[in-house]
Amino acid sequence: MSAQIESIKPEATPPERAATPAAKAEVKGLNFFYGGYQALKRIDMVVHEKMVTALIGPSGCGKSTFLRCFNRMHDLYPGNRYEGRIVLYPDNTDLLSRGVDPIEVRMRISMVFQKPNPFPKSIFENVAYGLRVRGERKRRVVEEKVEQALRNAALWDEVKDRLHELAYNLSGGQQQRLCIARALATDPEILLFDEPTSALDPIATASIEELIHDLKEKVTILIVTHNMQQAARVSDFTAYMYLGELIEFGNTDALFIKPARKQTEDYITGRFG
Amino acid sequence: MSAAAPTALAPSMPTVQLSARLAARRSRILKERAIEAVLFLAALVSVFTTVAIVYILVKESVVFFQQVPILDFLTDTQWTPLFDDAHFGIMVLLSGTLTSSFVALAISIPLGTVIAIYLSEFAPFSVREIAKPFLELLGGVPTIVYGYFALLFVTPLLQYFMPELPGFNLLSAGIVMGIMIVPYVSSISEDAMRAVPMSLREGSYAMGATRYQTAVKVVVPAALSGIASAYILGISRAVGETMILAVAAGMQPNLTFNPLEPAATITAYIVQVALGDLPHGSLGYQTIFAAGLTLMLFTLTCNIVGHVMRRRFREAY
Amino acid sequence: MKAEMNARKEAPRDLAAIRKLIAEHKRWDAIFALFGFACLMIGVLTFLALFVDMAVKGLPRLTWDFFTNYPSRHATQAGILSAWVGSTLVMVVTALVAVPLGVAAGVYLEEYARKNWVTDIIEINITNLAGVPSIVYGLLALGLFVYQFGFGQSILSAGMTLALLILPVVIVATREAIRSIPQAIREGAYALGATQWQTVSDHILPYSSAGILTGVIIGMARAIGETAPIITIGALTFIAFLPPSPVTAEPPFLNFEWLTSPFTVMPIQMFNWTSRPEAAFQFNAAAAGFVLVIMTLAMNGLAIWLRYRLRRNIKW
Repeated sequence: MSAQIESIKPEATPPERAATPAAKAEVKGLNFFYGGYQALKRIDMVVHEKMVTALIGPSGCGKSTFLRCFNRMHDLYPGNRYEGRIVLYPDNTDLLSRGVDPIEVRMRISMVFQKPNPFPKSIFENVAYGLRVRGERKRRVVEEKVEQALRNAALWDEVKDRLHELAYNLSGGQQQRLCIARALATDPEILLFDEPTSALDPIATASIEELIHDLKEKVTILIVTHNMQQAARVSDFTAYMYLGELIEFGNTDALFIKPARKQTEDYITGRFG
Repeated sequence: MSAAAPTALAPSMPTVQLSARLAARRSRILKERAIEAVLFLAALVSVFTTVAIVYILVKESVVFFQQVPILDFLTDTQWTPLFDDAHFGIMVLLSGTLTSSFVALAISIPLGTVIAIYLSEFAPFSVREIAKPFLELLGGVPTIVYGYFALLFVTPLLQYFMPELPGFNLLSAGIVMGIMIVPYVSSISEDAMRAVPMSLREGSYAMGATRYQTAVKVVVPAALSGIASAYILGISRAVGETMILAVAAGMQPNLTFNPLEPAATITAYIVQVALGDLPHGSLGYQTIFAAGLTLMLFTLTCNIVGHVMRRRFREAY
Repeated sequence: MKAEMNARKEAPRDLAAIRKLIAEHKRWDAIFALFGFACLMIGVLTFLALFVDMAVKGLPRLTWDFFTNYPSRHATQAGILSAWVGSTLVMVVTALVAVPLGVAAGVYLEEYARKNWVTDIIEINITNLAGVPSIVYGLLALGLFVYQFGFGQSILSAGMTLALLILPVVIVATREAIRSIPQAIREGAYALGATQWQTVSDHILPYSSAGILTGVIIGMARAIGETAPIITIGALTFIAFLPPSPVTAEPPFLNFEWLTSPFTVMPIQMFNWTSRPEAAFQFNAAAAGFVLVIMTLAMNGLAIWLRYRLRRNIKW
C-alpha cells in the first residue's frame, strides 16, 4: 500500500510540520439541520492558523454544508438551523451565535465558490467590490489593495493592462483566480474554498493548487475537495467526513499513510467512492 | 386464410389484405397532412393580421398624403382637419401623447422598478405570493374604469391642491396611466431580476454585502437589459393608451407640453372621430389612418427594440 | 511565483469599526425595505380608492331595474340592458373565433412547426401583435371588417376584432401549457403507434386544457373591458333596443341576424355616461364601472386560482 500512497504524495513531509500550530477557529459540537433533516452530526474540529485544512469525503457527506457554516451562508435560505459553536480566535467570537451578525462573519471570512462567479463588472470593480461594500472611498487605497490582491492571486501580470474590461472576457481559470483575488482584497482571516477546481481544466487546476500552497503563509485556508489527490497535494491537515459525521481528522501525511479508522482507509484506498 | 407453413414465424399476408392496409395508411397520412395544413393556416392568421394592419393603414394614409404634403403633416403647428381652412399638423396630437406619456412614465418607471427590486430581493415569501396576483389584477382593470377614476376622483383631488387645474388635463390622466402601467414594468423587471443566478448573489453576500447592496450593485446591473426592455414596453403601452386620455384629458387638440392643460392625444383623436359621423372615404376619415400609422410606427419600433433586448438578456443566462 | 508576491500587511482587526459600518448598512437595508413596501402600498391604495369610490357611488344604483332598463335621457331610469346583452353576444363571437384559432396556432407551433424562417416570422408576428395598441386593432377592423369585407358596424365585426386582439394571449397560454407536458408522455403515445394528430387530440390537448382555459379566461377578461376598438368600429353609444335573439321559437331555431345588428357594450355605455356633464349620470357610470370591475376581477381571480391549483396538481 505504501507504494500506492507514494504515487499520490510526491513531496516529502518536512519534519517541522509535525508540531501542533496555533488554532484559528474551533468547532464545538456542531449540528446542522435542513428543516427536519440533520445534515451535520456532532462535529468537533480545530482549524489551525495559517494552515490548509482539507475536507474530503464521498458525495453527500456534508463537507460543503460544513464549509458554509463558517460564513453563515445557510442564513440566506429559510428553514436552516445551527446547533453548537464555531469559535473564532483571538477574540473568541462564536460565529454561529444568533447575536453575531452574519454580515460581520462574512466580512472576516471570505469564500471562493465551485463555479467562478465574477460579477458583470470590470476586472477592477470585481476585485474592489469587497472594499466598496466596506465603504472604502479613497481611490488610492482601493487601487493599491486591488493590485495587491491581483498579485497575490497570480493574476496581475495577465490583466494589468485591461483592468477595466469586463470580467467575463477572462478564461475559466482566470475567472477563478479573479474570484480568489476578490476574496483576498479584504484581508480575510479565513479563506474558504468550495471545490474551487472542479469546474476547471487540469492546467488551471494546477495553477490554483500552486496558488493555495503559496497563500497559506498569509491566511488560514479551509478547502472542500472531492479529489483526494488534491487534498493530499495541497493540505496540511485533512478531515474525512461521511454521512454528516467527522470520521477522522489529522495531519495529512499521517492520515493518508496510516489512517486511524478503517472507514477512512476504505475511502482513501478507493474501496468505495 | 391459408394455413401457415410450420417454419415461418408469421404467416405471409394475402395480397388483398396488404393493399387494404396500404390504402388505409395512405388515407391516414393524407388526413394527418390535412390536419397539419389547417393548424398551419391558423398559425398564419397572426401574419395575416400584421399584413392587414399595415395594408389598411398604408392604403388609407397614401390617399391622405396625396392631398396633404408629408412635410406639412410633420411640421404644421395646428390640427384642425374639419375646418374649411384645414391644418394637419401631427405635432399637435403628438405633444399630447408625449406629455401624458412622460407623466405616466415618471410614475411607473421609478415605482415599478422599486417594487420589482423589493419583491425580488427583499419581500418575504408571503408578501410576494399576495403582491404578484394583486399586481396582475391591477393591470387587468378596464381602462375605461381608470378613465372614470382619473376624471371624477383624481382631478377633483388635484383641484383641491391646485384650484386652477382645468377639469380636463393631462396630469390626472398621466398619473392614472402611470399607476396602470406599474404592473407591466414591475413584472417584466422582476422576471429579469429573478433570472439572475443565485451564484452571483451568493458571491456578493459572501463578501459581507447587505440585501440592499447586493440588489443595487449586483442584481440590477446583471438584469439591466431585461429591465430596460420593461421600460421600453412601458413606453409603448403609455403611448398606445386611449380611453384614460379620451375621458380625462379632453379631446381638444392643443399644442402644449404643459400637463396642467387639456389636450388631445393621437389615440383620443381617433376615438373622437369614430364617435362622430365621418363619411367613409372623406379626408376627415383618412386622418385617423394617418394618425394611426404614426402611432403604429412608434409602438412597433419600441416593441421590436424591447423584444430584441429581452431575447438578448435571456441568452445571457 | 513566490518571489513576486508582496507580503500582506496584517490589518488591525477593528471589530468595533466593522460593527458600526454594518449597522449603518443595515439601516439602509431597512429603509429600502420600508420604501419598497410603501411603493407597493401606493398601488394597493390606488386600487382601493378606485374600488371604494365606485362601490359607494354605484352600489345604490344597482337595482334590478338597472339591469333590465334601456339607456335613457333620464338618469334614474337608465339601465344597462342593451349594454350587457351586447357584451355577452360579442364575447360569444370572440370566444368562438379566438379559442379555435389560438389553440390551433399554439398546437401547430409546439407540435408541428420546424425550426425555419417561416416559424420565426410567425413567432415574431405574435410577439409584435401583443404590443399593438388596441385602437390600431379598431382601425384594422374599420377598414377591413366593416368596409372591405362588408360585415358592417356589427357584433360580428366587434367579435372578430376582439378575437384578433386576444389571440396572442390565447396562443401564448396554449404554448406554455403544452410545453409543460413532458416529452416522455409524447414518446409513450408514439411508441404505441399513435399518429401525431392522435397524440395531440388524445393526450396533449386534454392534459393542457386547464392551462389553456386559464389563458382563455384572462383573454376574455381583457376583451370585456376593451372600449377603443369597439368605438372605432362604430358601436353606437345610445341603443334603446336589443339585437334579435339568436334562438327563435320557430324552425330553424337559430337566428343569425343578431350578428349584423347594431349594438353597444358595457364599457361604451360607461364611457357615454362618464362623458355626460349632468352629475346624475356619474352614478350610473359608477354603477356600470362597478359591474365591469367585479366581472374582470372575478375572471382574473378565477384564472389566477386555476393556475395555482394547476401548479399544485401537476405530478410530473
